[in-house]
Amino acid sequence: MSSLIFDVQDVTLRFGGVVSLNNVTLHQGRGEILAIIGPNGAGKTSLFNSLTGVYAPQEGSIRFTNSQGKSMSVIGKKPFRVSAAGVARTFQASRMFSAMTTFENIKIGAESHRGLGVVGAMLKGPATRRDEHRSDKRTRELLEFVGLTAQANTIAASLSYGARRRLEIARGLATQPEVLLLDEPAAGTNPAEKIELAELIRRVRDEMGVSILLIEHDMKLVMSLAERLYVLNFGSVIAEGTPDEIRSNPVVIEAYLGSADTGVAEETK
Amino acid sequence: MKTFFQNPRVQRSGRTALILLLIIVMTGPEGSGTQPTAGFTGSFGNHMSFFGLFYPQRWVVFLLLTLIVVGLTSLVKMAHRWWIERQRAGNNAVARVAKTLAATKQRARHRSTRLSLYAVALAFALYFPHLVTDQSWQTLVVQDVLVYLLLALGLNVVTGFAGLLDLGYVAFYAIGAYTTAWVTGSLPTPPPFGVHWNTFVAIPVAIVFAMLCGVLLGIPTLRLRGDYLAIVTLGFGEIVYLFINNSYGITGGSTGTNQIPFLSFHLGPIKYLWGLIPEPYYYLTLAFVVIFLLAFSSLEHSRVGRSWVAIREDEVAAESLGIHPLKYKVMAFAIGAASAGFAGVVTASQTLFVTPPTFTISFSINILVLVIFGGMGSIFGVVLGGLVVQGFVAYLTHSPPSIYNAADLYMYLGALLVVMMIYRPAGLFPSRRRRREVSQVEAGTAPDTLQVEIGAHRVQEDV
Amino acid sequence: MSYFSSHFATLGHEFWGLLVGGIANGFIYAMVAIGYTMVYGVLRLINFAHSEVFMTGAFASFFLLKFLVGNSTPNAFESVVYLIAAVVIGGVVGALVALLLERVAYRPLRRRNAPKLAYLISAIGASYFLYNFVGKEFGRINLSIDAPYTNNTVFTIFGATVQTYYIVIFFVGVTMLVALDRLVATSKLGRGIRAVAQDAETASLMGVNIDRTIALTFMLGGFLGGVAGFLYSIPVGAVYGMGFTPALKAFSAAVLGGIGNLRGAVLGGLILGVVESLSVAFVSGAYIDVVAFGVLVLVLLVRPTGILGERLGRSA
Repeated sequence: MSSLIFDVQDVTLRFGGVVSLNNVTLHQGRGEILAIIGPNGAGKTSLFNSLTGVYAPQEGSIRFTNSQGKSMSVIGKKPFRVSAAGVARTFQASRMFSAMTTFENIKIGAESHRGLGVVGAMLKGPATRRDEHRSDKRTRELLEFVGLTAQANTIAASLSYGARRRLEIARGLATQPEVLLLDEPAAGTNPAEKIELAELIRRVRDEMGVSILLIEHDMKLVMSLAERLYVLNFGSVIAEGTPDEIRSNPVVIEAYLGSADTGVAEETK
Repeated sequence: MKTFFQNPRVQRSGRTALILLLIIVMTGPEGSGTQPTAGFTGSFGNHMSFFGLFYPQRWVVFLLLTLIVVGLTSLVKMAHRWWIERQRAGNNAVARVAKTLAATKQRARHRSTRLSLYAVALAFALYFPHLVTDQSWQTLVVQDVLVYLLLALGLNVVTGFAGLLDLGYVAFYAIGAYTTAWVTGSLPTPPPFGVHWNTFVAIPVAIVFAMLCGVLLGIPTLRLRGDYLAIVTLGFGEIVYLFINNSYGITGGSTGTNQIPFLSFHLGPIKYLWGLIPEPYYYLTLAFVVIFLLAFSSLEHSRVGRSWVAIREDEVAAESLGIHPLKYKVMAFAIGAASAGFAGVVTASQTLFVTPPTFTISFSINILVLVIFGGMGSIFGVVLGGLVVQGFVAYLTHSPPSIYNAADLYMYLGALLVVMMIYRPAGLFPSRRRRREVSQVEAGTAPDTLQVEIGAHRVQEDV
Repeated sequence: MSYFSSHFATLGHEFWGLLVGGIANGFIYAMVAIGYTMVYGVLRLINFAHSEVFMTGAFASFFLLKFLVGNSTPNAFESVVYLIAAVVIGGVVGALVALLLERVAYRPLRRRNAPKLAYLISAIGASYFLYNFVGKEFGRINLSIDAPYTNNTVFTIFGATVQTYYIVIFFVGVTMLVALDRLVATSKLGRGIRAVAQDAETASLMGVNIDRTIALTFMLGGFLGGVAGFLYSIPVGAVYGMGFTPALKAFSAAVLGGIGNLRGAVLGGLILGVVESLSVAFVSGAYIDVVAFGVLVLVLLVRPTGILGERLGRSA
């Protein structure tokens, strides 16, 4: 099944006695916009951390297959290796390099996969200059793509929430990934920014061919964006399907109502 | 009563008085185990000259000095307030001057202004030996200023760029100096292949050696949290010191060696011998400083430099982008070690002797002071800070005032570190980025990277 | 092979003697390690200047004993009184210096929520200032302490002689450590310390005075550190740079036991003292200090949380 970009089989992740992920099985097709929803503490971010090498689940397997058909096991790999293989991510509480400018933030992503090149850097040789030039060009393209060109020289910490999210997306894209993991990209943004964000995410998939895996609480956004969803509760997958199927799934409604996260539940109906 | 002590004015005056007392005692005469109060009583009771005008007791002099300082600062403050008010009131002349100032500041950031500034500085440095012809001064400038600049620039890569506190930095300096002694055949250990090599051969050997030690120490320890790293490097520095001080058969033990030959250059028809005159050493060391400056400033603005900043600011995010934190940290450590090793060669080949007392942990602290004082991570700041602090130290060494004892140097440097951390944690001339980083951590809008422990973030994210 | 067998033979001959000496050193390390661990518990950082607390405690006791004992030979009653007085003054001065450190080198940074690197550098500066200041005011030569007792052999155990000095260390050490353990476990102050160690923000919401608790934590650690400085200096004398090596070892002990963990510090101190003492059989005298450092590096690499694990809040 080489059309799968992520193939997660029976993954269990424990912290001491706490089971964070319990026998999670899911898969994502290449080019798919897939969403993971669930109440707070359901294990969504743990799943992301497992997919990017931050956590190493004790049981199960996670396979990532790139477009050349090369497949690798993620479990036990360090985050920078997973990133090099073609997995990019954003963070729930956006983690920018806050003292850098927007431009520098993205440039870090654009050049992070090259070798060390310390001697070249000290001598500023022609190869180094060429490299710099290439990274600058790519950074400018991405700034344009996410619409941050005007804020290129703004310090990241003084960007608005919406701009930070776009910055993080651009920084992730700069590493030339095949799949982009977005952890609650709409958190803290206003309705207008949400619409722009949904548009941007769709463009990432359509124009760059990058698959999207999404965690989001905003049901309107998820339902309009995702092609397929998994619902997580207490670390287990309780439902899977298209937005329409999920909306009418009694198990899902029960889970949301039972978790007192009622606002979301109403939107689900 | 309580409200009296909580009055900020009273608190400020109290603080000033305490600092004044401390300064009086710090600069006073010494005491001893049999006369423990002599230092304190002498600090107040002894007489000293007040600018040659009269000869009162010390406390009178210091009181007068304090009054002068307080008076001057309040004058400056008043002038500043007046200035701001005038600017607000829209005074034309004031506004024009303010505008010119802002424009000058802007222009100072231009590349061309900077380049011409550097050219002036370099020209001054080249002309310096003709300005100061006293050889004892020239020697001091080489040994106490330029070599320290080399070391500070190297430590700045480790502490400033990569944000790692390395207190065993002196160990690499020692490794460089002793490698020189070894390669030139001045140690009890026979030199490599039994040949007494030229000192220039020692340069690559020392760099490689120091770098290797840096990597070997770095790989296991750089996984640790920042404060553990500081202690482990401290211990490493102490071990190297113990080793060179006690291995009589290998390093000459506590007496070290004074057999290192003069620096000489001999390639075909070109011959040059650096002798007892300090001037040629001055130019050689200056050339090294310039090379370090150029190399490290391109490093700072390269991909490697940016990756260090990324790791320093948010290691988790950097790792998620594909940056291998350990690799970059080890690299910074190795570059720092190599610089210190190189500086060791320079020192050894100039002083012609190496002895263990040069290489105590205190030396690391001295270099750290230079980096912190000027502004960690800012090459310009480090150079300026190094020049100011070491220039002052050289002055004290050359013509010590009656109240100064060389052994007190670290007392002053220690106090300086505390004062800097309280009032100017980013240094006197910080890079704009470092200033932002410090203020962002203080405001709680950015994570404090020293806290990040590889592996720790694995549980800190929400589950 | 023969290298080790001969060294083990040495170890065999002297085992009990080395063990007694090691335990004595272990108590000193444990008392200093407590200071590191408590400050780590409430502030999450290493108090680099703790070595100077140790040193100033020794100096305070030195001057008091010089005044009390002088050239006289105290009788049994005087011995006990002088000893207690020296312990108390060492502890009190240690506590005051620790308080001063907190006030000057830490509190202004804490007010600003400064980066941790700033705390480290500030503490290093304070340490260098203090020890050179003491060197300036009281001379830079080793001052030998006028011990208030004659160091006789009290009894022998398996051929190892146990002198008065060891008895003193044992009594003082056990008293201090037990008292501290009870204090932290049962008193209101102890509850405050544990609350701050677990979660400073919540603790302050619940009415714990954070500034006061942190200051008192420094003072408690400083008291033990000062006393340890006095005990350490009895046989070797007091000198301005005396704090560095024992403090590095005590820090290793704190990490070994699990930094932030009170009982861990005691356990780590005793283990380190004994290991170091026994390694005399294998390592030449000049390099004996390397042993503790080796233990530190090993622990940090293999089990950075130490034997008993981190967290002051959980320990008591």
